Amino acid sequence: MSFSSLLIQFLNGLASASSLFLVAAGLSLIFGVTRIVNFAHGSLFMLGMYLAVALAPHLGFWLSVPLAALAVAVLGVLVEAGLLRRLYSAPELLQLLATFALVLIIKDFTLWAWGPEDILGPRAPGLAGAVSIAGQRFPEYDLFLIAFGPAVLGVLWFLLTRTRWGTLVRAATEDREMAGALGVNQQWLFTGVFALGSLLAGLGGSVQIPREPANLFMDLSVISDAFVVVVVGGLGSIGGAFLAALLIAEIKAFCIGIGDVTWLGHVFSFSKLTLVVEFIVMAVVLVIRPWGLLGRPQSLPRNSGAAEAPLALPSPAAVRALVAMLAGLALVPAFFSGYALVLLIDIMVFALFSVSLYFIMGPGGMHSFGHAAYFGLGAYGAGLIVKSGAAMEIGLLGGPLLAGVGALVFGWFCVRLSGVYLAMLTLAFAQIAWSIMFQWDAVTGGSNGLIGIWPAPWLASKTAYYYLSLAGCATGILALWRILYAPFGYALRAGRDSPLRADAIGIDVRTRQWAAFAIAGLAAGVAGSLSAFSKGSISPESMAVPRSVDGLVMVLLGGMQNLTGPVWGAAIFTWLQDAIAREIDYWRAVLGGVILALVLVFPQGVAGYVGGLFESRRAKAGAAAP
Amino acid sequence: MKLKLALGIAAAAFATFGAQAQTIKIGELNSYKMFPAFLDPYKKGWELALEEINKAGGINGRKLEVVSRDDNGNPGDAVRVAEELLSRENASLLMGTFASHIGLAVANLANQRKVVFVAAEPLTDKIVWENGNRYTFRLRPSTYMQVAMLVPEAAKLKKQRWAIVYPNYEYGQSATASFKKLLSKAQPGAQFVAEQAPPLGKIEAGAVVQALIDAKPDAIFSSLFGADLQKFVREGNTRGLFKNVAVFNLLAGEPEYLDPLKDETPEGWWVTGYPWNEIKTPAHQKFLAAYQAKWKDYPRLGSVVGYSTMYTVANGIRKAGGADTEKLIAALKGLEMDTPIGPIVYRALDHQSTMGAYVGQLAKKNGVGVMVNWRFADGANFLPPFEEVRAIRKD
Repeated sequence: MSFSSLLIQFLNGLASASSLFLVAAGLSLIFGVTRIVNFAHGSLFMLGMYLAVALAPHLGFWLSVPLAALAVAVLGVLVEAGLLRRLYSAPELLQLLATFALVLIIKDFTLWAWGPEDILGPRAPGLAGAVSIAGQRFPEYDLFLIAFGPAVLGVLWFLLTRTRWGTLVRAATEDREMAGALGVNQQWLFTGVFALGSLLAGLGGSVQIPREPANLFMDLSVISDAFVVVVVGGLGSIGGAFLAALLIAEIKAFCIGIGDVTWLGHVFSFSKLTLVVEFIVMAVVLVIRPWGLLGRPQSLPRNSGAAEAPLALPSPAAVRALVAMLAGLALVPAFFSGYALVLLIDIMVFALFSVSLYFIMGPGGMHSFGHAAYFGLGAYGAGLIVKSGAAMEIGLLGGPLLAGVGALVFGWFCVRLSGVYLAMLTLAFAQIAWSIMFQWDAVTGGSNGLIGIWPAPWLASKTAYYYLSLAGCATGILALWRILYAPFGYALRAGRDSPLRADAIGIDVRTRQWAAFAIAGLAAGVAGSLSAFSKGSISPESMAVPRSVDGLVMVLLGGMQNLTGPVWGAAIFTWLQDAIAREIDYWRAVLGGVILALVLVFPQGVAGYVGGLFESRRAKAGAAAP
Repeated sequence: MKLKLALGIAAAAFATFGAQAQTIKIGELNSYKMFPAFLDPYKKGWELALEEINKAGGINGRKLEVVSRDDNGNPGDAVRVAEELLSRENASLLMGTFASHIGLAVANLANQRKVVFVAAEPLTDKIVWENGNRYTFRLRPSTYMQVAMLVPEAAKLKKQRWAIVYPNYEYGQSATASFKKLLSKAQPGAQFVAEQAPPLGKIEAGAVVQALIDAKPDAIFSSLFGADLQKFVREGNTRGLFKNVAVFNLLAGEPEYLDPLKDETPEGWWVTGYPWNEIKTPAHQKFLAAYQAKWKDYPRLGSVVGYSTMYTVANGIRKAGGADTEKLIAALKGLEMDTPIGPIVYRALDHQSTMGAYVGQLAKKNGVGVMVNWRFADGANFLPPFEEVRAIRKD
């Protein structure tokens, strides 16, 4: 690279960094104060883009940008006041489920309102051309962006450190209960912060329109980038977000600038590395600095939701119900054939997957955003073993082992962190594993995946495979439940509820967590292997982010307070998706609406609600007895 | 008289009842919500064809019924949806799919369940070659064929230094590999000076354009499309990448990808595409009139694909005298039929249709991108010889 191209790539990086920073700043701000993991932040960005391209022909570009951002801010206020405010007292992470529903709704709304075609926005009047820098042409608008990012950073800095409102926000970031106790109106503060965060998301989107077309993929594409930047920078740290955006954007620009490098006879493509480079950066940063570049250890929110009640042994009635259900499932093939079995296999596989996720999320206290990695490793492991010529039965055993080993390796790093940092590190590892499967054409079939992975002849019929899945999933789920009632499970929960006290009585919390992580990975791998043979093929999607998100949604939908919750969550989500997608065009919006309704009606999850009913009935019965 | 009338009505009612009982069910699945820009027009295409076929009395007196599903854009769900179409809806055969990995997964299922699958959109070469199976047929010209259509023009220019940019997944990778292979054969000594592989949908256009400028190419081969293409074009225009550089871009002439470019359309690029308003063949005129009458919109390439897929299925069933799988396979092998863009044959050897594409150059007309200097490239001329296919196809 010559000096002039070095310089231009550096400037390219700066312009991209500004864009990244704008989205990330809003997300960081919202998380810092309200502790909401706002999945819909990318959707707000996308709305900002669409509003700006829609307004620009009428009002001109420079007016449409701030107006689009303001409109998104108003929407943010409505969302906060109308929806999220009802959920602050609900168990942690439930807001995540609500914002996931918003993602679905906003996506379908955008499709409905603006149609399926990409819309390329206008060039910015006055900054449409290029200037000559070191003999190269560089877009004027990119120069504007390079200045705009730091300017926004400056405004935010002023707002947060030099105004009374900012002082209150910082106080709430540090300790929101204390701020509340001192008479700060939290509701208005939260609404204000959410509005500002949404404004920044909308602004981030609307200033992008001269650089990229408004399209329906923006929401998910932006949200993962934004999360990475926020976490690498340190949660709640605006300066950190800027630094992280700069780091990631520059590394990307130079990966592209370097291009192909021949090294000891091998061509290595740095350009291909851009697929995953931000996640590699995140993994490295989190391993070295567990709270991000400029972050500090999170203060634990003292009172988000009621403390979880200790797990009670299931009542005899509950055990009887479970046995009856298993027996019922075993009888299904006697009455139904065909599609009912196919759908039930999917549901059972996802039930095991979501119970394995619950295993580390609930009793383990480790939120994972990358659990699909182990599902996928199980599937790919099984597929690769079969493709190498071994018997399908060996693949079925080998796949989960690969997943278990993967979880053992990744888990070693992850259990050293906590909270959202841990969750994001699991995501980073999942993405790295995904990108290997996606790129390693010769072995994994690359983006197409592997096909022709069918069960052995004696398991090939639907009924036979149904029984195999039922046996595999039921064994897996029951084993996970059993472990939770073993001393290991009690130690795990002790470590979650009070790491200090657990440590004091001689429990090595970290080792327990590590083991739990590996067990959960193994179980997810069983689900993955079973799924691979039921579909006959595997593709990188089986371990991509949406699969991890599906897992989270299932666990939260069912409820974290009840062991059977994840099973119900998986059943409801899979069945709903299947049923709604069949009947309705805009099925994503309807699915989102149903999830929202469930969240509002059953904040404890569906199973938690039903369990609660039983509890209160039993309590009443107990009170009535003499 | 009255009795006769009553009998007549009863007979008519019976006849309609009988006809309904004998409809032929076709299962259709696609990623409608994932790729609406291409698949909305696609759906309109097959709906138009279905209406025409049934208005003309169906096939041997039996109406066709299409049960359509969204596959959620991922292979696992697509396989489940296909199972549902087969076992719950009792579909006789399957058609549809867009993305290559989903097409392959459904083809794989069709092979296992022994039902016919007519793949509409997937471009991957593997679906008819490396991973081809006796149940799967594919309509669209594959990545290899479309690259082969551009190579003669590329070789004619005698450009020495080529830079390549492609979305980093199977379509882009195989387009690049085919291009390098075919160009090196047609023009020995051509050099490939730079290769950029941005992730699909996430191109850092400024940095990529600058990296290509640094490589000082005489010509560029790109297989970008969609948002990536639009970003690449705008940055390239602003930064002057395309000045004095010949550019070849697969698919960029398809209205789905060309229309959003508007006044940004780069003039002179060689592309494959579909100049819908300039094709004057009677077959296309008829299709265009019917499409515009029904939908009040102009057709995209997806419309032609959907329309032709539906007719493939209908003609196959007509030739086979029903939807029996084995007879249908025999009928589809070597099936000759008309499409709005010319006659095609489904080759018996690999089940690939000889559908062609239009090759031409981009130009701007009244602030809208159009194709000029175009010619129709018949797919039959751009398929590898039988021996080559036999060597890679496993069945």
